[in-house]
Amino acid sequence: MIKEKEIKNLTDVTVRFAGDSGDGMQLTGSQFSDTTAIVGNDLSTLPDYPAEIRAPSGTVYGVSGFQLHFGSSDVFTPGDRPDVLVAMNPAALKKNLPELKPGASIIVNTDAFDKKNLQLAKYENNPLENGELKGFTVYPVPINSLTAKALEDNPLGQKEKARCKNFFALGLMYWLYNRPIEPTLKWIKNKFKKDPNLIDANEKALSAGYNFGEMTEIFTTRYNVDSAKLPTGTYRSISGNEATALGFLAASVKSGLPLFLGSYPITPASEILQYLSTYKNFGVKTFQAEDEIAGVTSAIGAAYAGNLAITTTSGPGLALKTEAIGLAVMTELPLVIVDVQRGGPSTGLPTKTEQADLLQAVYGRNGEAPVAVLASSTPSDCFYMALEASRLAIKYMIPVILLTDGYLANGSEPWKVPHANELPEIPVKFRTEKEGFAPYIRDENLARPWVKLGTPGLEHRIGGLEKANITGNVSYDPDNHDLMIKLRDKKLRNMVKDIPDLQVEGEQQGELLVLGWGGTYGAIKEAVVDARKAGLIVSQAHLKYLNPFPKNTIDVLKRFKNILIPEINLGQLTKLIKSEFLIPVIPFNIVRGLPFKASDIEAKIREILGGKSNGRN
Amino acid sequence: MEETKVDQKIKLTAKDFATSQDVRWCPGCGDYSILAQVQRSFPEIVGLDKDKIVWISGIGCSSRFPYYMETYGFHGIHGRAPAIATGVKVSRPDLSVWVATGDGDLLSIGGNHFIHACRKNIDLKILLFNNRIYGLTKGQYSPTSEKGKKTKTTPFGSVDYPFNPVSLALGADATFVARGIDRDPKHLQTLIKRAADHKGTAFIEIFQNCVIYNDGAFDIFSDKKVKAEHLLVLEHNQPMVFGTNKDKGIKLDGMKPVIVNINNGEYSINDLLIHDEHDTSPLRSMMLAHLTDNPEFPTPIGIFRQISKPTYDESVEEQINQVKKLKGEGDLEKMLFSGNTWDVN
Repeated sequence: MIKEKEIKNLTDVTVRFAGDSGDGMQLTGSQFSDTTAIVGNDLSTLPDYPAEIRAPSGTVYGVSGFQLHFGSSDVFTPGDRPDVLVAMNPAALKKNLPELKPGASIIVNTDAFDKKNLQLAKYENNPLENGELKGFTVYPVPINSLTAKALEDNPLGQKEKARCKNFFALGLMYWLYNRPIEPTLKWIKNKFKKDPNLIDANEKALSAGYNFGEMTEIFTTRYNVDSAKLPTGTYRSISGNEATALGFLAASVKSGLPLFLGSYPITPASEILQYLSTYKNFGVKTFQAEDEIAGVTSAIGAAYAGNLAITTTSGPGLALKTEAIGLAVMTELPLVIVDVQRGGPSTGLPTKTEQADLLQAVYGRNGEAPVAVLASSTPSDCFYMALEASRLAIKYMIPVILLTDGYLANGSEPWKVPHANELPEIPVKFRTEKEGFAPYIRDENLARPWVKLGTPGLEHRIGGLEKANITGNVSYDPDNHDLMIKLRDKKLRNMVKDIPDLQVEGEQQGELLVLGWGGTYGAIKEAVVDARKAGLIVSQAHLKYLNPFPKNTIDVLKRFKNILIPEINLGQLTKLIKSEFLIPVIPFNIVRGLPFKASDIEAKIREILGGKSNGRN
Repeated sequence: MEETKVDQKIKLTAKDFATSQDVRWCPGCGDYSILAQVQRSFPEIVGLDKDKIVWISGIGCSSRFPYYMETYGFHGIHGRAPAIATGVKVSRPDLSVWVATGDGDLLSIGGNHFIHACRKNIDLKILLFNNRIYGLTKGQYSPTSEKGKKTKTTPFGSVDYPFNPVSLALGADATFVARGIDRDPKHLQTLIKRAADHKGTAFIEIFQNCVIYNDGAFDIFSDKKVKAEHLLVLEHNQPMVFGTNKDKGIKLDGMKPVIVNINNGEYSINDLLIHDEHDTSPLRSMMLAHLTDNPEFPTPIGIFRQISKPTYDESVEEQINQVKKLKGEGDLEKMLFSGNTWDVN
């Protein structure tokens, strides 16, 4: 006789799946996310995996994790600390235990807690037996053997069967959080359509996990998280990299320009190249170059030829592209450079997130080389910022660097899909008339004319040597150099009339403004919302345009007594704001390769408003 | 329209390709001749419209070339000309894309881009102005300088081995590989026209005299008294004969080339190696490239190799058309709403 299980309602939950790099944790997490999105929760995800593709199994450094925060109201972050951990082996438990909420639930795959795995995880004795997990609710489940049992009749080999254990865990989690298994069943059918045995095995493992929850005595309660009240519309789950790729595709359609991407694979930006290479039926040309420099220079060639030209990379790649970006500045060509920031310096932390390329983007070139710098704030915002970067590059004939980061790139959220006809057109005017043409005459925006190569009568030469004003001929004239340096700078500064004002969320003036940029939007938002719920008076503003800053930036900043700037670097926006506006700010910097915890920012807000800090500097 | 185009083509002369810019190479520089041969050849190349030509360069004396050609032109950064040109050609296969470069630009800082352009068979015409010295930086040794060369950075002689550019291009599977000399204008014009007609990466190494820092480096190839002894002029389907009296030839002894005399009765012209530009195997062209390893052998000029295979840029176009056929022309609305979507009401 099975006891009817209690269903408890929750407003939000943070779940983390963790196992070996080869255990399929990323897939498990993304399936859980997709299903959770389909049932109408708002959510945010954080994949966290090692740089090694298959680190030695069982080791702590080989642990791959996927965190997901979902709720019945707005969700801004992937969650500070998990409420539930699914640990597929001792290493996964060891690595993630310190991150868990006090009293969190842990579902452990007890079959993996054998002598060998305990040793690999450097456990001297079994944490399931030594009292180490006191204070947590532990659910021991022999996932390996239950999966094997469920697949008894399947003709696959033992090794292949064992690989289905992640779907057993997924099925169990579906049961526990009252989600349907159908979307994943559909996915399995499509994914393995060439191999009926794999379909059978994965379906059985998933169902077995679900049914285990129902039948076992271990779980007395299951949970429900109601749908969030999201604006009506059609939604899809989207990651930052996918949104970036789609944004450029949209920019190509909306500008009528063929899209050319010159790029070299680099973590965590490669996916943008991968996604765009699938859109060949849009005429997209993706050129996987021999190196980062060829990536950007081929894009410069394509821009000169008359295409929407982009290059995508991460920090070390941006460093390699530095000289070429200067060439695009000098030749005044439209070029979009995407930097998916990762932990640095040097090779740094390839799979982790950071915001430490801001100064490189704004200043990192020889000579006075102004480029526009934009930053996406959420995974789906990458779509709109890719469109915006393209629009500005074309309108002003200037290179634009779009900064995203590892967290935005891999994280996903539900996105209310816009209709193609709601997206703004991107006007393009190619110069065709011969009369009065010179390569460096300028329009009202100080942009020089763009000539599509092959236009008869407009043959002209440009290059990296200083250009004479108007004619574009090579010029070493001192006054001309001074003039051109200032013209290029003025063109950039003029862009402020074309970018939206900085918006303040919360009171428009007061004691404290939290000023952020890029991928920290969600964490700051959650911190500010929570602080306001607790009665604190604090506002938020988020910069998406970093060079130039929106024209009202100083007005906004002056209305607040304190400006707190949280950044995953040592204070790069802080430096820019202080040098541009000569005002004191409070930096808040944690550089762990991980997104901010909202609670850390909230604690800082409390510290400032509690009067404990007058630490303006 | 067609008619005026034809008229215009008939009227084009070398002068039509000259720009208003003063040419600023040193007096006596071999670059002048190369510029002149290009300007003389271009009007004769069928189907080559001025507005469809793009010259791309890197950095160095040779890289000023685009400024002097009345076509589209782009003076890039050091070493990157093949990569910039790749972006132009792949995005716009309708254009005729030419690269002017030097031995430092192409073979030192730009070596990687060069070999990959060759490997991918991108339809670029690459003219290497090889003067075996860094000129614009005032006289340092280059990757083609002979071993032991004394320059400003090698006061006791260089200790490294030079690149053989023809061998490098062949090794990277370039589909057209040739060598010419600035002081042999007619021959150079032939090579330029042949390169223009070739579909795929066309590479011409041009021996170019630097009057200031490496004067006379190629004198033996232009001095009328001795050049016939030092040059082997490659001609398709012709036996490899050289020498002032046309009395010497190259014969294969197994896999080894040997010099034989065809005037003393021991060998005849029928024993000599016949040049085959279109040999799909690179072995013989590679052997010819390395004749110069032995100073007793003559230096081959002409076309080492010309073979046909699909170019990268046309393959990209073809694939796009195939995918369009398979999936239908891209539809943004459909693309936005693809994948796992759900409705919130």
